[in-house]
Amino acid sequence: MKTDDLIHLLASGDVRPTPLPVLRCMLLVGGGVLLAGVMMAWLLGVRADLSNAAAHSALWQKLLYTGALGAAGAFALARLARPGARTSALPQLLAVPVALIALLAALAMLASPPDLRASLFWGTTWKVCPWLIALLSLPVLAGIVGALRLLAPTRLRLCGAAAGLTAGALAAVVYCLHCPETAAPFVAFWYTLGMLIPAALGALIAPRVLAW
Amino acid sequence: MERITEVGGTSGSETRLHGLLVRGLAGDGAAYRDFLQSTATHLRAFLRRRLSRWPDEVEDLVQESLLAIHNQRQTYDTSVPVTSWVYAIARYKLIDWLRRHARREMLNDPLDDENELFTSADADASEAQRDLGQLLATLPAQQRSAIVHTRLDGLSVRETAAALQISEASVKVAVHRGLKFLAAQMRKAT
Repeated sequence: MKTDDLIHLLASGDVRPTPLPVLRCMLLVGGGVLLAGVMMAWLLGVRADLSNAAAHSALWQKLLYTGALGAAGAFALARLARPGARTSALPQLLAVPVALIALLAALAMLASPPDLRASLFWGTTWKVCPWLIALLSLPVLAGIVGALRLLAPTRLRLCGAAAGLTAGALAAVVYCLHCPETAAPFVAFWYTLGMLIPAALGALIAPRVLAW
Repeated sequence: MERITEVGGTSGSETRLHGLLVRGLAGDGAAYRDFLQSTATHLRAFLRRRLSRWPDEVEDLVQESLLAIHNQRQTYDTSVPVTSWVYAIARYKLIDWLRRHARREMLNDPLDDENELFTSADADASEAQRDLGQLLATLPAQQRSAIVHTRLDGLSVRETAAALQISEASVKVAVHRGLKFLAAQMRKAT
């Protein structure tokens, strides 16, 4: 086939593009988050003292951290989902919430009596926390991958990692409603670890699920 | 406000192609055709250098890239240089092709200079190996008919809808899906 013939085929008729499926993408991701919420409520249970906890800054600190990272991840994904978008500033963007929580963690450690510092870091649920966040991230990741398949990412592993990180962050937001931990050092390390697990998973499966 | 970044010696190409694509996306078929023709010449030169071992495959990959550009044109953000957008798609398709055909060592060649894409042009359009008729024959009937009527026979969407006894919206969906299917078939065939 002559390339001219192909070009003729492509350029005839109405060449206006269909608009980006923004609503469908949002529904897919929202559906994933909703499913994660249902899983959390059903398997783990919303924390009984939630209204009490809302009066203390610890819960809001967690929500702010995970929410900010989720928003930064979503911004990164919006860039990575289209060919040729500028991605050089994305690592710095994602690093900002992490740096802030790390700073809060350091301050909390410094302000605490030395014999209590270990408990600030280990908490009571360190063995399960990252895995629970990773578990809750699975439906969110599925939703995000579904949305990305409607778009055109060209750097698949990077996009997959960003998808996983965002899924982890949104799952962590949901997890905040169950988790009893309050210390910034705990959140800075174990929550972040929980988000890195789906990030690695996302990078791993990207060539298979994001290719077009 | 549009930001058109100068890309070294390719700023002339960038400005011109950007203008053509923006007009094309607004509905100007002639501008869109010019855009595809110009892009094809740059893609050809770029791929001819990268695929020096497989000169017969170059035109196939030019066509595959053009179809990908067409199918993904809704992802173009007009405030981003056309160069970056086209290059990202061409690079993606090239790496995909290399993964399917070349040994690992080819993947170590650097593919990071997007300026390279628009610094040379090759207007020597040769015949690609695949046959359009054969490719169209692989499409589901409704998609094939919709594409043949609207794109090759020059019928309007309304006339095609009447001929195929389906709604106008269905015609548009059939063309859209058909071109995506064509892209997948091209990928499989090479």
